[in-house]
Amino acid sequence: MRRLIGLSGQYAAVDPFLTGRENLVMIGRLHGLGCRAAHCRAGELLNRLGLIEAADRQARTYSGGMRRRLDVAAGLVAAPLVLFLDEPATGLDPEGRLALWQLLGELTAQGTSLLLTTQYLEEADRLATSIVVLGHGRLIASGTPSQIKARSGGDRLEVTVPPGDDPGPVARALAGLGAGPSVVDGVTGRVVVPVADGPAILPELAARLAASNLPVAEVALRRPTLEEAFLALTRQPGPGTALPEPAGSRSAGSPGGAGPAKRRSP
Amino acid sequence: MITAAAPAPQRAPASVLTSTGTITARNLRRMTRVPTLIALATIQPVLLVLLFTYAFGGAVHVPGVTYIDYLLPGIVVLAIGFGASQTGVAVAEDLASGMIDRFRSLPITGTAVLAGRVAADAVRNLGVVVLMAGAGSAIGFRFHAGPGAALTAAALAVAAGTVFSWLNMLLGLLVRNPEAAGLAGLFPIIILTFTSSTLVPVATMPGWLQAFARANPVTGMAGALRALCLGGPTARPVIETLAWLAGILAVTIPAAISRYRHATTA
Repeated sequence: MRRLIGLSGQYAAVDPFLTGRENLVMIGRLHGLGCRAAHCRAGELLNRLGLIEAADRQARTYSGGMRRRLDVAAGLVAAPLVLFLDEPATGLDPEGRLALWQLLGELTAQGTSLLLTTQYLEEADRLATSIVVLGHGRLIASGTPSQIKARSGGDRLEVTVPPGDDPGPVARALAGLGAGPSVVDGVTGRVVVPVADGPAILPELAARLAASNLPVAEVALRRPTLEEAFLALTRQPGPGTALPEPAGSRSAGSPGGAGPAKRRSP
Repeated sequence: MITAAAPAPQRAPASVLTSTGTITARNLRRMTRVPTLIALATIQPVLLVLLFTYAFGGAVHVPGVTYIDYLLPGIVVLAIGFGASQTGVAVAEDLASGMIDRFRSLPITGTAVLAGRVAADAVRNLGVVVLMAGAGSAIGFRFHAGPGAALTAAALAVAAGTVFSWLNMLLGLLVRNPEAAGLAGLFPIIILTFTSSTLVPVATMPGWLQAFARANPVTGMAGALRALCLGGPTARPVIETLAWLAGILAVTIPAAISRYRHATTA
């Protein structure tokens, strides 16, 4: 079984006193590759993960992101059928994250199954075909990203007030309009309301905004992000208890102990 | 391009010899790169010879033999024991860093991982023996029982080192914290060496300690090494020492392998 899997844990498990190349050659040899094959494979992966210039430096001189990429490369050495990844994008800069996601996308396109845990919902949305949401040790939801988004209450209505204005009055004017609690962001001046049927709500929205006579800079209707769906699912709000949060609080990050697991199958 | 599901499933796993050799090579590389390990394998053995010879040598009088001839065979064991404490540290570090998780995800046995470390330690210990014999020779030490006995003494010292390595790996896997593992590895060797005939003749100790010192396996080991270096009957002390070593190995090897399988990060 261990011949079929690759593993990349939450902490970069590479030997800091070996060079990047030596680390990967060692893993290749332990997987049963011959000496030459292990060197070839190491070179290929170092190249692909943008580490070729640092290949012959000891891993302790690497940045956090470089170590992470080396760790992912170590998980890929055996061209595994199933690759287990634990928060692979942790500590990566945006460029490194995008490169890693692209690589993982290519792998799954070629038939590798990926089982990864992540707190970054954007990552799950982008990579997963099947998501399992866990919160406080319990299964909260499972399905494709769009199924999970649909379960959290349809679309998202976004109303932005002019710069410097308090979005609180707008939030109060829109109270009860949505299918769940609205989220008020005092920093960006934005009110986000989950709505069951976006287009159908627009006449009511226009009427309420006109009646309140409040200035509004921007109105947008969009699909929820997976993060919003996740927060909606983990909070389990009862219908009609929608109360706008105090202005200035940002709803970002996930509740303690919660993390979605996700999987992609060929 | 990454080749994903290449011939992975058909590949034969690495043989025990290849995997043990690969792990041995990794640990030998570390010994040439980690400053603590370099110092413990080079400076410390020479310092021990010089310190004890010049600090104790004037005070200790052993009938019929110079102090350096008396000291060197035993103090080699002390130097090897000190060096072995780093083996426990390294195993605890591997456990904490996720390196052991990585090894456990590979198609290799735990025995290969542990034996690879013991083999690397044995190479280092052989170097330590040669270095100490060289340093001792520079200040008056001589082999008096011929080259065959001298080589047997070196082999016996390396065999003792193997036992220390297994013992310290077990400690590292039990203690799991690198600093604690280092201390846990040093205590037994310090206590057993100082209460043995390694540094001073047992006859100079108080009566209650003499009883302990005579039963102490390190006394037997120092006696066997001394007989091989200086002359005298060797069969009995060597066989007794080997029996002790085999007895400790019979406990530590299965225990260490079992701990390796189950040990989790601290």
